[in-house]
Amino acid sequence: MPRVSLTVNGKPVSAEVEDRTLLVELLRETLRLTGTHVGCDTSQCGACVVHVNGDSIKSCTLLARQAEGAEVVTIEGLAAADGTLHPMQEAFREYHALQCGFCTPGMVMSAIDLVKKNPQGLSEQEIREGLEGNLCRCTGYHNIVKAIDAAQQVMHGKVKELPRAAAE
Amino acid sequence: MYEFTYHRPGSIADAVKLLAGDPDARPMSGGMTLIPTLKQRLARPTSVVDLSGIAELKGITVSGGTVKIGGMTTHAAVATSAEVQKAIPALAKLAAHIGDNQVRNRGTIGGSVANHDPAADYPGALLGLGATVHTDKRTIAADDFFTGMFSTALNPGEIVTAVSFPVPEKAAYAKFPNPASRYAMVGVFVAKGPSGVRVAVTGAGADGAFRHKAMEEALATKWSASALEGITTPQDTLNGDIHASKEYRAHLIGVMARRALAAAG
Repeated sequence: MPRVSLTVNGKPVSAEVEDRTLLVELLRETLRLTGTHVGCDTSQCGACVVHVNGDSIKSCTLLARQAEGAEVVTIEGLAAADGTLHPMQEAFREYHALQCGFCTPGMVMSAIDLVKKNPQGLSEQEIREGLEGNLCRCTGYHNIVKAIDAAQQVMHGKVKELPRAAAE
Repeated sequence: MYEFTYHRPGSIADAVKLLAGDPDARPMSGGMTLIPTLKQRLARPTSVVDLSGIAELKGITVSGGTVKIGGMTTHAAVATSAEVQKAIPALAKLAAHIGDNQVRNRGTIGGSVANHDPAADYPGALLGLGATVHTDKRTIAADDFFTGMFSTALNPGEIVTAVSFPVPEKAAYAKFPNPASRYAMVGVFVAKGPSGVRVAVTGAGADGAFRHKAMEEALATKWSASALEGITTPQDTLNGDIHASKEYRAHLIGVMARRALAAAG
């Protein structure tokens, strides 16, 4: 079988794959990085979103061999070595931006790409439009949007600490 | 997916050679349509020739009143290109509303036009602007390129290397997206420029994207939404499906045309 070599979460990896193996299968089944989820498996729901060379993509719609030589980042690669969460992860926790949690890894990965590519800042409407490729079947979008708005302020250095969610 | 052999050639010549030697080989650009098709076992190619390793297929150049976009240029790259935004803002805006961010990061203009999905956005822009499709063998006018639903003038194994668009005086695209897929239920591209006055409709035609001659003639006389009053679209050549009837699409064509005209100014 052919071999594919790439960098996943900063570590070089190499694995034998079939030509038809999808990137998400390589991540989940071979590398056992099961934080990346498969929801619809038809490129619509976005649960499988990872970063490839800095762009968010649906890993159920990319062949593993297409990622030859690429830098791949999954949800497991976001937190610091000491366990400190990425500001987006921290914001999802603070704003309770999840219900069942199944869509969360894809939401977080899409949100980070969205915020990084919009240094001018995003309005609530732009955040909602930017999440078009991610579906939450619990329909928990409202808190997800709030979390992304809070995280963008930290990621763009506008505030040092994550704005806290309003007390219930 | 059925088994296939994956190739990633580094040049157009190598890709053409791989495709020419095997009638059941398929070129792949972004894979946003092909990979889902393979996953559903709706296609069984012997080999998939990934064009992403070919540097000469990527990039955008603007010169002499023409915007030329390499076939492997992603929708995201077109949408965020300062040069395209300046020369043909309607084209950058169209690219910014294809699918979702993740699709735009992979999907390409060459793949979109070669596939000619009847609900895709780019065919509307190509017909609306009077673009030219460049392949590894020849150039084809957009008017001659789209020959039917999922059908183009490309020969088997022929690769779209670039698309060039003449810079118009005025242009805009208005789309009524399917709320689930973001594909165009109806999209109308209007333009006035070196290719004359053009009105192209995508998403609605039973044979794919088409030019709306009655609207073109009316707008050539008077470039104003009022010129479109009373113009209807014959329904016999429109597409009716679970998303919208022919009648509904015929009505939307008028609405989208007026919106596009208002946006074009």
